[in-house]
Amino acid sequence: MKTNLKFLALFLSSTLALTSCSNDDSAVNEEEVITTVRVTLEDASGNTIVLQSQDLDGDGPNAPILTPIGGGILSANTTYTGNIEFLNELESPAEDITIEVEEEGDEHQVFYQLTSTLGTVTYTDTDVNGRPIGITFTLTTGSASGTGNLTVTLRHEPNKTASGVASGDITNAGGSTDAEVSFPIQVNVI
Amino acid sequence: MRTIQLLFFFLFSIVCWSQYSIDGTITDENGLPLKGAHVHIASKITSTLPNGAFLLEKIPAGKQRLYISFIGYQPIDTIFIVNQSLTLNYQLKLDITKLNEVALTQLKKTNSASVIEEQITAKTIEQYSNQTLGDALKEVAGVSILKTGSTIVKPVINGLHSSRIPIINNNVRLEDQQWGTEHAPNFDVNSAGKITVIKGASALQYGGDAIGGLVLIESEMVKKDTLFGKTIANFSSNGRGGSISSSIHKGNRLGWSWNIIGTLKYLGDRETPDYILSNTGNREQNFSGSTQYNAENYSIGGMYSFYNAQIGILQAAHIGNVTDLYNAITNQEPFVVEPFNYRINSPKQEVQHHLAKLNFKKWLSDDAVLDLQYAFQFNNRLEYDVRRNSENKKASLDLQLTTHTLLVDYKKTFDHWQLKAGANLGYQNNFANPQTGVRPLIPSYQKIDLGTYAIGTYNIDNSMVLEGGLRYDFSSIEATKYYLKSRWEERGYDNEFSNFIVGEEGNQWLTKPKFDYHNLTGNLGFRKQFHHELEWFSNMSLASRNPNPSELFSDGLHHSTGQVELGDLRLQREQSFKFSNTLKKEWKKTNLSFTPFINRIANFIYLQPIGFETTIRGAFPVWEFKQTEALLTGIDVNFNWDVTQAFSYKTNFAYVNGENLTENKPLIDMPPVTWNQKLVYSNPKWYDFTASLQSELVFRQTRFPNYNFETNIVVNNELEPVTVDISSSPAGYHLLHLYGEMTFNLGKNNKITTALFIQNVTNTAYRDYLNRQRFYADEMGRNIQLQIKYNF
Repeated sequence: MKTNLKFLALFLSSTLALTSCSNDDSAVNEEEVITTVRVTLEDASGNTIVLQSQDLDGDGPNAPILTPIGGGILSANTTYTGNIEFLNELESPAEDITIEVEEEGDEHQVFYQLTSTLGTVTYTDTDVNGRPIGITFTLTTGSASGTGNLTVTLRHEPNKTASGVASGDITNAGGSTDAEVSFPIQVNVI
Repeated sequence: MRTIQLLFFFLFSIVCWSQYSIDGTITDENGLPLKGAHVHIASKITSTLPNGAFLLEKIPAGKQRLYISFIGYQPIDTIFIVNQSLTLNYQLKLDITKLNEVALTQLKKTNSASVIEEQITAKTIEQYSNQTLGDALKEVAGVSILKTGSTIVKPVINGLHSSRIPIINNNVRLEDQQWGTEHAPNFDVNSAGKITVIKGASALQYGGDAIGGLVLIESEMVKKDTLFGKTIANFSSNGRGGSISSSIHKGNRLGWSWNIIGTLKYLGDRETPDYILSNTGNREQNFSGSTQYNAENYSIGGMYSFYNAQIGILQAAHIGNVTDLYNAITNQEPFVVEPFNYRINSPKQEVQHHLAKLNFKKWLSDDAVLDLQYAFQFNNRLEYDVRRNSENKKASLDLQLTTHTLLVDYKKTFDHWQLKAGANLGYQNNFANPQTGVRPLIPSYQKIDLGTYAIGTYNIDNSMVLEGGLRYDFSSIEATKYYLKSRWEERGYDNEFSNFIVGEEGNQWLTKPKFDYHNLTGNLGFRKQFHHELEWFSNMSLASRNPNPSELFSDGLHHSTGQVELGDLRLQREQSFKFSNTLKKEWKKTNLSFTPFINRIANFIYLQPIGFETTIRGAFPVWEFKQTEALLTGIDVNFNWDVTQAFSYKTNFAYVNGENLTENKPLIDMPPVTWNQKLVYSNPKWYDFTASLQSELVFRQTRFPNYNFETNIVVNNELEPVTVDISSSPAGYHLLHLYGEMTFNLGKNNKITTALFIQNVTNTAYRDYLNRQRFYADEMGRNIQLQIKYNF
């Protein structure tokens, strides 16, 4: 009998506890979103080219908007100093996620895949273990003109010691993709 | 083998060289002889003569079991020592409640008179003590399983699953968000005493929406005065862990009886023949207890159960975007394989389910009974994903589902009639916690259900039973959901559903979609017994299922599966018309049954891949809930043969053909043809030795629709168009399972059973069409499971 009374008490108290929580209809403050990826390339004479991908509806149906629309126009035989920014522009002011990527540099890496005839990308930064993060880099264009793509991928928890990863080869990196954008690129011989 | 047998016979004959005869008289409380009472001593059986006398000869010496029973009287079940010839006179006591039980049991046990019910016994359930409800259900012909990895297992009956198969646990319908494919029933298989599968919607007392079928779970019920318990310990080589489950049952014919069951489960990463499935460990901590007070004409009972599980999701199944999906399908190998580990990291699920109920049963007369039941359920589902910020340990999905249900059931037996009628009232509240920082796929909602039914059974004569039933259900659901304005427009809701919008916040609409459903369902059938042990069951049923919250409201990236899932507010209820027949023929040593069926489903809801959507994280495959006209046809065949006293053979075969009539294509995710065979050897003299070899043959599903899509991925730094093959079915496979057990008696009512169960003996690498993770990794390889069961 005692067991049953205890059981009844437990049952009633759980009913009260669980039915008393009221519904909170507030909207979700999305914490995981990156809305904007912005790559800035600057040549020796201070000319800058900004490549941006912005997706203000996050996982919604609208595709990200790329600017400039025609893609980046680069000059041949030029070395550009580059950096990348990741933003959440749904917050006001916009949240700079680059800071977080940099702080957890050993858990992140940005990969740049540039059509090989157009040029090469080299990392210029390192994490606490001396391995690249990829927030800053240099992009050196080749001597020929042409068109192609620069695909930028931010990987979370990649295997940074895997073969080729430190030199920017994504093949063995693993991890999960936080951002992936392909910018059209055109290289002109001036 | 033969030598062992010979040795055994030799030993046995020494021990039992002496045999005795036992006689006696069985009388009732007034000393009047009982004619036809059943007397069972050792392996000998007899019935008493008109003067109540019996005689059993050649009873071996030693400890023997005596069992005497007569309908309406309390049975005698005892153990005594035979060392001389004896005369045993017994007086049986009248058992009023027992009489009631028998009559009512018949009413209760036949959930459906015109559909064959398939049961899984406690013995089979024990075999799967370390696994899941779904794994145990697979023993039934026509039941296959839908898996997410190795540990999330859902039953599929005749090709249908999830919200088309209500699971009824001790007369309470499990409400645990099991609508999603990666949401397994929240139930500890160890707490089941008996599981019944009804294919189709014929058992109207449990609802009118069981388009696929019903799974009825009952705990072990003890009606006589006794106290016993059981502990089962399992160790599995695959997962390098195990489980322990203990139960104690106290039975009383009158007065209080109770039982408690506790289960702990702890397993690490599973492995395929070739690699470790990283992050696939799981844990369970379950408890359930129930108590019942039995009086002469009423009973009061209460029950509480708590299911608590932590389930790791295969790390390699957490894909980033369509590039990762393409690579996984192309490489046929998981992209992360780490050394074996017990740790469960994100992605993972943590699920808690509380169920409490109170019931009152009153026998109004000898042939009428009234049942009242109130049940409360609370389910909290937490899903953890790999977050961008690894410091953030919050769950990505936090659903809290509360359900209250009230049931009233009435049963009455007339001369040739049996009537069952009842009503139910339910209130359900789902709370999608916005503190997760991730937009929930399933919104907060409130739902009210109201239903009433009546089922009549008419016995025309001893050989024919007619059955018919009608049910009406009303259901009203109101959700509170934020839609991205872009999604609202893309779905085309702005014209049709603008009345649902109640507010605006940034780029989102706050909406309160509300839907009401009125459903009328019914069934009609018969069971006919011909001569020569031929039985024919025939049933037509009409069932209606309302679209569930995931089908209506899903609208975004399902992080744990890496796919965008889109619901549709326009979805209509699903209506099924199923016609099924069973022909069952029994011969002396064999029996054979055929169950062909045809299930025409209007507005069949299914999830179809439709392409991809690009986000800043890359492209993601999009799956949309669609509706079509569907036709499912198939057959289940069972054949059992007692070859000799020691050997028996069982086989079952299941085929289902699903056709999407609107698109003239096969239906997606239909189970392939399966053929199971089992050869059993048993020798009761050799410590109840039983061994079985099981063959499981699953053919390739050749009928699948092509929903492949094209996308661009980066290959050698260039964007290249590729076809993502998400449609093709994996190859067929053949598995062998071995099972053996022996029981050792340790004195009165104490025994130990040891069992060895080897699944996938040949360590075959395979993938299953009905596994959501078939793109990412193989199924589990060989598993050697050692089980020790102690009965006390």
